[in-house]
Amino acid sequence: MIKAILIFNNHGKPRLIRFYQYFSEDMQQQIIRETFHLVSKRDDNVCNFLEGSDYKLIYRHYATLYFVFCVDSSESELGILDLIQVFVETLDKCFENVCELDLIFHMDKVHYILQEVVMGGMVLETNMNEIVAQVEVQNRMEKSEGGLSAAPARAVSAVKNMNLPEIPRNINIGDINIKVPSLSPF
Amino acid sequence: MALKIVKGSIDRMFDKNLQDLVRGIRNHKEDEAKYISTCIDEIKQELKQDNIAVKANAVCKLTYLQMLGYDVSWAAFNIVEVMSSSKFTYKRIGYLAASQCFHESTDVIMLTTNQIRKDLSSPNQYDTGVALTGLSCFVTPDLARDLANDIMTLMSHTKPYIRKKAVLIMYKVFLKYPESLRPAFPRLKEKLEDPDPGVQSAAVNVICELARRNPKNYLSLAPLFFKLMTSSTNNWVLIKIIKLFGALTPLEPRLGKKLIEPLTNLIHSTSAMSLLYECVNTVIAVLISLSSGMPNHSASIQLCVQKLRILIEDSDQNLKYLGLLAMSKILKTHPKSVQSHKDLILQCLDDKDESIRLRALDLLYGMVSKKNLMEIVKKLMLHVDKAEGTTYRDELLTKIIDICSQSNYQYITNFEWYISILVELTRLEGTRHGHLIASQMLDVAIRVKAIRAFAVAQMATLLDNAHLLTGNTQRNGICEVLYAAAWICGEFSEHLENPMQTLEAMLRPKVATLPGHIQAVYVQNAAKLFATVLKGEEGNTDGTAAQEASQLMIDRLPLFVQSANLEVQERASCILQLVKYIQKLQQKDVEVAEEVDALFAGELNPVAPKAQKKVPVPEGLDLDAWINEPPSESESEDEQPKAIFAKEEPKHSRPRHTEVDEKELARRREARKQEQANNPFYIKASPSSQKVYQEAPGVEHIPVVQIDLNVPLKVPGLPMSDQYVKMEEERRQKERAEKKKKEKKKRKEKRSGRGKKHDSAPESEEDITPAHMVDIVTEEMPENALPSDDDERDPTDPHKALDIDLDRPLADSEKLPVRSHRAAEAQKSPTDGETENATLQEPKKKNSKEKREKKRDKERDRKKSKEEKKKKKHKHEDKEEDLLGGQADEPVLQSEETSQVAEPPTSSSTTAEVSDLDFWLSNAPVPSNTQEAATVAAAAPEPSVTAPDSEPDEPKDTEMEETKSSKHKKKKQKKEKEEKEKKKKKKHHHHHHHSDGAGEESVQNGTVEEEEPLPPMSNYCLLAENSYIKMVYDIQGNLQDGSQVVVSVIFENKCSSFLKSMEFNVLDSLNSKLQRPEGSGPHDGLVVPFQLPPGVSNEARFVFTVQSIVMPQKLKGTLTFIVKNEDDSTHEKLDFKLHFTCTSYLITTPCYSDAFAKLLESGDLKSSSLRLEGVNMPFHHLLARICFHHHFSVVERIDSCASMYSRSIQGHHVCLLVKTSAQTVSIDAKCDEPTLLGNVLDEIKQTFSQC
Repeated sequence: MIKAILIFNNHGKPRLIRFYQYFSEDMQQQIIRETFHLVSKRDDNVCNFLEGSDYKLIYRHYATLYFVFCVDSSESELGILDLIQVFVETLDKCFENVCELDLIFHMDKVHYILQEVVMGGMVLETNMNEIVAQVEVQNRMEKSEGGLSAAPARAVSAVKNMNLPEIPRNINIGDINIKVPSLSPF
Repeated sequence: MALKIVKGSIDRMFDKNLQDLVRGIRNHKEDEAKYISTCIDEIKQELKQDNIAVKANAVCKLTYLQMLGYDVSWAAFNIVEVMSSSKFTYKRIGYLAASQCFHESTDVIMLTTNQIRKDLSSPNQYDTGVALTGLSCFVTPDLARDLANDIMTLMSHTKPYIRKKAVLIMYKVFLKYPESLRPAFPRLKEKLEDPDPGVQSAAVNVICELARRNPKNYLSLAPLFFKLMTSSTNNWVLIKIIKLFGALTPLEPRLGKKLIEPLTNLIHSTSAMSLLYECVNTVIAVLISLSSGMPNHSASIQLCVQKLRILIEDSDQNLKYLGLLAMSKILKTHPKSVQSHKDLILQCLDDKDESIRLRALDLLYGMVSKKNLMEIVKKLMLHVDKAEGTTYRDELLTKIIDICSQSNYQYITNFEWYISILVELTRLEGTRHGHLIASQMLDVAIRVKAIRAFAVAQMATLLDNAHLLTGNTQRNGICEVLYAAAWICGEFSEHLENPMQTLEAMLRPKVATLPGHIQAVYVQNAAKLFATVLKGEEGNTDGTAAQEASQLMIDRLPLFVQSANLEVQERASCILQLVKYIQKLQQKDVEVAEEVDALFAGELNPVAPKAQKKVPVPEGLDLDAWINEPPSESESEDEQPKAIFAKEEPKHSRPRHTEVDEKELARRREARKQEQANNPFYIKASPSSQKVYQEAPGVEHIPVVQIDLNVPLKVPGLPMSDQYVKMEEERRQKERAEKKKKEKKKRKEKRSGRGKKHDSAPESEEDITPAHMVDIVTEEMPENALPSDDDERDPTDPHKALDIDLDRPLADSEKLPVRSHRAAEAQKSPTDGETENATLQEPKKKNSKEKREKKRDKERDRKKSKEEKKKKKHKHEDKEEDLLGGQADEPVLQSEETSQVAEPPTSSSTTAEVSDLDFWLSNAPVPSNTQEAATVAAAAPEPSVTAPDSEPDEPKDTEMEETKSSKHKKKKQKKEKEEKEKKKKKKHHHHHHHSDGAGEESVQNGTVEEEEPLPPMSNYCLLAENSYIKMVYDIQGNLQDGSQVVVSVIFENKCSSFLKSMEFNVLDSLNSKLQRPEGSGPHDGLVVPFQLPPGVSNEARFVFTVQSIVMPQKLKGTLTFIVKNEDDSTHEKLDFKLHFTCTSYLITTPCYSDAFAKLLESGDLKSSSLRLEGVNMPFHHLLARICFHHHFSVVERIDSCASMYSRSIQGHHVCLLVKTSAQTVSIDAKCDEPTLLGNVLDEIKQTFSQC
């Protein structure tokens, strides 16, 4: 069982949190902090496992982001590492060169993708093509439902973006992977 | 300008969307909280709008804020509103928000039941998918109960996307609603062989998760998993299965034997490290389970160790880590094979990665031997010195102690060395493990008698230099060792060279700065020392030394009498008064030493940690009974001050609460443990006891005055452990030399000391004798008590509820509740082309309309709805149906999807089910894929209790039972029992048995609703009857032989006379012949192998050979018998006609839907149909009758439509599609033999015309 999936950046800012058992918001934040504390002090060249009493943390560090899976003993360590890889590659396909900004601005979409990979703490699908296909069908559905009301919304959001020339300046360019936010239609 | 127009026309477009919110938060770094609070206000406004789009947008933003740690539960109702939107886009947002912030105590969850049910049955698979995903995160016991049946239906959905989600979510449902496990399990099991790999993987996932917690209930699935393991190529599935096998093997070592080979193959062949690693892990688990009684698996061990070495040597730290992890598992059972890699492991101790160092440390634990212990510990001591950061150093410290103390100090040959190591460890600054060292010191001193003198000397030095240890007590747990030192010096003071000096050291004013519990021990042991001093001075005539001691005590003790610590105070004042009195006596020159010494006389024996628990409660003593009247409320309040007192001093004062509830008991137990841990009379040897000690919170909480002494932490005068290493080396060498000499002299001289134990061990190991003959005192236990580990499982573990025997047939009470007023909609969805059931249900719905109206309110009365349910859905019997139940129409639909998947049909899956675990495990070759083989094998061990001529019937009987219950053992017992019963009251029993069976079967259906019990059914029909005897018979096909049928005849004695010499004979026809024993003529009768006392019935079986089975036949026959009265006897005879129906040539054969679909598709079958009018019985009864009387099994069933299958003894397939609407039943049938089919249909028709 996967107990939780946390994605946060190098500063410990959460980008996506998914707990498969209930914790209050405060507790969640504390867990994120503690996890970040544990994970961030580890070099990139040490192993990707941390063992707790009845669970283990398995994580991967990509550029600015940590992907941390908290799992129990029924999961294979290397399997979960692969799963993280599959998840990230799927994100990469769905967002076309994913970077932290995609996760920042499209947390909901990341969730929807994750939902096709892990469900209720159990691995649902590991075949990337299958995951991408399902995500795409759902995106198409969303688009087709958007119909009339979505068109002006897109126009407005385009206008809004024009009005905010400072956007690129606000982006912390800490990593070459970062690109200007893709303002993909909502 | 353009902006203004847009803004004016559609204002709401300017509500912030998620991106705007994120952007805004990023723009307000300084006053983020304030910005977010304004955003939340906006969101609240938006949520008040009627427009669902606005609401959804607001909820989406809330989901983001939730991630940032904001509680958004106030919007729960709005989230439910968005969830119920008809648009997928919004629905998805709603479910996402719900899955992020709903939990069991969210009260609006109960409003969602209907919405979720609606979504689950939505024609859009993505609506269903989203609902399933969301539900998986917030399912509550209520939701689980209400939706279990809907989800179970979805497990047979046409879309694999839904199937896999439905399968996965079942695990959550089981957790919340354990009653659903048994009804749902057969279908879940069926999904293990789903054609879609995703669904299959999901099912494996769920079953593995279930089995991990309660492995023994899933052992019977081992053959199925084994098959999957050898056939699957999906690494994810393989990993899961292999992990599962790792959990199963400890329960069934034979399984392990079977696994070794395929696992080794996988290890050799796979390129995936993850799979390789899991294989190695499971092989290790197998080897552990086989560790005894298995000849030679050294090859497998070598292979594992080899592969692990490759992992450890890999540059990838992850592999290195896992390699060490797995290595430590091998270590437990095969330390020898790991020990050869000591170099590698010691190397890992220097790794830069702390996790890896810790793993390597774990390994060292098992690698020590008498020979290398000192060397390894020395190396660790070096690491201790080097280690930065207290965590790793503390870990090293505990490991050193673990390594040395393991298995009763097995590897320590020189305890002086060990004591000096412990003393050296006390020099660690800032360690939390002072108490650990202390407990070791106590343990060794108490249990190794020979070392006491040395230990006491060392402890005296420690006490003398106590100021060095107490340097910085605030964060220094090391002063705990003084506790041990003081106690050892006091208790074994007879070994002290200079007790007076130690006494003085123990009474220094500095002591008063130590934690209270240590002071208390100091005071108490000062008194012991005092007694020793007095005793020592007894002989001396001047007695000044003794008086000096008394004076010292009288001078110093008042300091302790003033202690804030009550324990110290009490002890000190007691002892002070005692000493004062002694002093008076001394002044009168009275000899007191002996009496004082008597105060502390007696040897203290170590007591096993569990000894107390094992003391049996004396007979007649009720520990739960009140001794006095229970106290009133006010009284317990009176006791509160004591509770507070207890909190302050958890160590030494027992709380005296008289209220005994669970918590209180637990607390007391905890307190007692704690006390035991600190009580020197409770010496614990096992590492777990050390843990308990360590967990005792008391130490940290005791305020300690800080004294800053910056003295180098070298205790002068203490021997260094290194010295002992050298000394030990020398000693060993000397010993070896001596031994050689001795051996030259007397070859046969026995080895000394403990070296006797393992003669097979290598010489180098066992030649090392301990430095001194240490007598390791074993711990005391009550008589007959075993020091077993009987740790119970945590009662709060949710998985405990899932410890359910899955092989037991379902009982009536176990059905899943079905909410029925939605049923019509719900049922339509899974299959697209199903309209006729709705029409069928119409009239029945009317019946229950009244009831339904009552049920509009949310609080659902389950009983009522059950009643309703039974009108909606029908159930039929046969277990297979449970596996396959769901969609009658589907085979045709599914066939397109499945046709390409090469799936071994019926036979193999039945094998897995039918063949029993024992058989599978005991038989070397994997069972063949034919059902016959499996059944024969299953039947083979059955003792044939009945008459020899009945033997051919056995397999068939078994087969029948096989379909009812898959647990072989049970069956066997049952069967044996049956056989016994048969002898007594044959006929009675048979009726009983069959109706029983029907009852069971009706419960095992896929649809699980309450319904009327099936009427008792029997296949036995009257053969003939007269005033003496009644014969009933049943004909069934013989599985093994396509040309045989078995006729079971029950003879019942109706008269008051004795019936004997019964002979059964028939007139053979060309087609059918009675099988007679060899050597008898074609017209001879068969002797019935029993006699019948009055009123008794018994059964005999007769085998007939048939050639063609396509037509029914009749055979004439006669039974002759002798009626014996008291005085006379008469010959009587009875004629009969045996009617061989075509049905009797059919054999109940389970069939899976995919195989069934294939069969129909093949086009070899001729079809025919039948229409029955005016059948006024529930559909499930109808199916039950067909199953029972005509030997069919249900392949799949959806509502009022079912597909059924049977096979003739000569291998003809017979397929039925039974539909019912109103009172008309239409049966479309297909068979490869039209005549047979026609006859079978006629017989079915007849069956229903009779009722």
